[in-house]
Amino acid sequence: MHANFPPNRIRVVAMLVVVGVVSTVVCQAEVDPTVIEAQRARVEAIRRGSNAAVSIFAGESGGGSGVLLTPDGYAATNFHVVQSSGPAVTCGLADGRLYDAVVVGVDPTGDLALIKLLGRDDFPCAQLADSDDVQVGDFCFAAGNPFLLATDLRPSISAGIVSGVHRYQYPAGTILEYADCLQVDAAINPGNSGGGLFDAHGRLIGVNGRASFEKRGRVNVGAGYAISANQVRNFLGGLRSGRLCDHAALGATVSTSADGRVVVSDIVESSDAWRRGLRYDDEIVSLAGRPVRTVNAFKNVLGTLPAGWQVPLVVRSGGRRREMLVRLEAIHSPATLAKLAGGSEDGGPQPAATPTARELPATVRERYEHRPGFANHHFNRLERDRVAAALAAVRDAQPAGPWVLAGRLASGDEFRIELSDASASIDLPTGTSTVAVGDELDRQPVPPGSGGLLPALVLWRRLVVEGPAAVGRTIFWGTAPRTPATFAAGGSADLVDVLESSVAGVVARFAVAADGRVLAIDLWCQPDADPCEVRLSWEDAAAIGAMPARIDVRRGDVPFAELLVDPVAVGATP
Amino acid sequence: MRHLLVLLVVGGLMLAATAVAGEPTTPQQVAAAAARKVVKIYGAGGVQGLEGYQSGIIISPDGRIATALSTVLDSDGLDCVLDDGRRFEARLVGVDPRRELAVLAIEAVDLPAFTPREERVAAGTRVLAISNLFGVAVGDERASVQRGVVAAVVPLEARRGAADAPYTGAVYVLDCTTNNPGSPGGAVVDSQGRLLGILGKELRATASGIWLNYALPADELARGCAEILAGTAGSPPVTSATPLDLRSLGLVLVPDLLARTPPFVESVVPGSAAAQAGLRADDLVIAVGSRAVASCDAVQRAVGGVPEGDAVRLSLIRAGVIVECDLGPRPAEVKRP
Repeated sequence: MHANFPPNRIRVVAMLVVVGVVSTVVCQAEVDPTVIEAQRARVEAIRRGSNAAVSIFAGESGGGSGVLLTPDGYAATNFHVVQSSGPAVTCGLADGRLYDAVVVGVDPTGDLALIKLLGRDDFPCAQLADSDDVQVGDFCFAAGNPFLLATDLRPSISAGIVSGVHRYQYPAGTILEYADCLQVDAAINPGNSGGGLFDAHGRLIGVNGRASFEKRGRVNVGAGYAISANQVRNFLGGLRSGRLCDHAALGATVSTSADGRVVVSDIVESSDAWRRGLRYDDEIVSLAGRPVRTVNAFKNVLGTLPAGWQVPLVVRSGGRRREMLVRLEAIHSPATLAKLAGGSEDGGPQPAATPTARELPATVRERYEHRPGFANHHFNRLERDRVAAALAAVRDAQPAGPWVLAGRLASGDEFRIELSDASASIDLPTGTSTVAVGDELDRQPVPPGSGGLLPALVLWRRLVVEGPAAVGRTIFWGTAPRTPATFAAGGSADLVDVLESSVAGVVARFAVAADGRVLAIDLWCQPDADPCEVRLSWEDAAAIGAMPARIDVRRGDVPFAELLVDPVAVGATP
Repeated sequence: MRHLLVLLVVGGLMLAATAVAGEPTTPQQVAAAAARKVVKIYGAGGVQGLEGYQSGIIISPDGRIATALSTVLDSDGLDCVLDDGRRFEARLVGVDPRRELAVLAIEAVDLPAFTPREERVAAGTRVLAISNLFGVAVGDERASVQRGVVAAVVPLEARRGAADAPYTGAVYVLDCTTNNPGSPGGAVVDSQGRLLGILGKELRATASGIWLNYALPADELARGCAEILAGTAGSPPVTSATPLDLRSLGLVLVPDLLARTPPFVESVVPGSAAAQAGLRADDLVIAVGSRAVASCDAVQRAVGGVPEGDAVRLSLIRAGVIVECDLGPRPAEVKRP
């Protein structure tokens, strides 16, 4: 036996020996079949977790653990594991083989990172569970690389129970805030960072990241914390985009009032929350569908959400209950975020950690592209191309040429929209507006009062007809809730792809369904003001290539129009 | 042999343990029900590494709470926060200095309360420990639940700092790291949620200096609480600890003549711990461990507070340069047979 056989492993071996003893005495002792079954299930769960576990070796900057999420090699880890590794890390799996991996995206605030293992498309991977279903007392186990012991690449397993759920851990020193995390008594030691926390079925419930260490040195003292699987799910889209991801701020701070309510104690007047009507002393009832009864509960919900999402907020003010949709802002400025990500202010990697292209393995070199604001722009291109392919399916099903949409407003009055390469117009009872497509769009926020409905529709058509690469500078932004108004933080969150275009003086975000249909457009003619929000509703049964059945337009709290599109009056003009 | 087999099976298969015994309750239900009877206690502390919080267990439906006797209770404003988030002002009813127990009272009724399971359990018994370790739970957040095994039932031989723990009776030694900041006063329950013991304060084993994870058994808890409520709880035994002094280290400071004599080294006894650590005459001692010292008296007091088995680190100024010297681990004094 290896001289430095790690204690954790000894425990596992001891456990397996027990298992062995149990299985050999089974025949004589007539053990209840449910016991045999439970043990078989546990062995199977640990086998699954082990196979998905990644041992990360990041050269001189140390290493840690990771967990595979997809067969094509995307794996989650902690940001602090790859913080100073540069774009390339080496990963070992339980199969005893080493794989090159490339850093895809980072979330420095939430201590998450996404890497991609290279060389296979059939990696064993973990199934992401709904971490809100986890209960205190549930069996759990961590699979990872504590103390970087996995020199034979096989992960160490430490088992335990869930000690607490929905824990909030303040940031401390260099340790990041952990919101809504799982607390476990399974040993989480240095090196376990970034590895998977699994349930009794071998499903991924969290990503281990920190532990309470005190006077007894940096070893486990019975309290480890894992980022919840649901938080990972919320950030996965952003991480895959290769962007430096940021966490959400409401633009308001809360505190506990003398009578125990959670109330707004400060609010930024340039925030979306302020524009939606949130005020001092308003009581927070729920955020993103989760009830808020303590300040920690508020921080727990907010801490799991990416910047830029729109989520429902329910408040009580002046004895009245009010529901609003708030657009969450970023905690950090882009420059600060870049600095947090370990780079210079332009988002580039640290000079010290900048490997020359020659030092990177060829497989990584092909998949790494430096660009300010990104951990790795190469993956943004991949994701954008993926969405572009879906959009192309819609385009191919559509007749070429200008688009015409006509129908009635909710009031019964008629409308008509024409969109072409050169110009666009909309006829409303209040008048006709046109947009010169070639000119700056921020100067044409028409129709008046809409905040830019017509420019939004112009960009929509261009996105579909010409593809994302043709709409100014378009990036894959990440994912966002399909229907923000009914979004509830949790494992069942329905997320869709979002593209962001900076073009002709405006910024537009497009929510795109998997079938290529655009579901929503937000268009900012000026930053830090309410965008024009266009929501497109589609008949499920309608053919790909048909037009939306209904278009809702609002700016801030003011609905601008409900356009009921007449299917007969839709399509390309002759 | 049959017993051993049963132990092995039950021991190896926590998940299935309840199924084997045919118990109607799951570990999750046991944990939830027991955690409702554990409270968070807030009192004095929050300075110099002393936590201002610990745990407690409800022992009567009308608001009696047992906890560990500690500096947290040295406060006029004790607060108890129940599992449901309700916050109560607590009154100190009495203390048992020998068992290091205290009973608090809050003005509440119909609380879920523990009934101690007074017969001792044997080593090998599976337990859950429930406490607010590290103060991680606040308000209505549930106390933390850990699982472990009673590793031994043995007399307590432990120290806190340089002082012996006053209680020397039997304790349950546990195989999991239960005794953390905030844990004292937490509950240890069996697989049916019956109270087996109460978590004690952070102590180190006298013989080895290792941090102990242990609980006072429920029978001792019950006896202690009964004595407290009857007003017959004894006083603590006189501590037998010998504080570490400078002489035993071989360190002679200049004569302490002033109110705050600067702690210059007068001489170092050849062959002593101080000599081995490289101390020299005319060194000025500026810190003992992380504590700054500005007088001979302060050095003596700081050194006296160093627990056995711990290294003493002295920071010195020598010829205008800061120098650090480690006076190896203080040898444990073996006083018990």
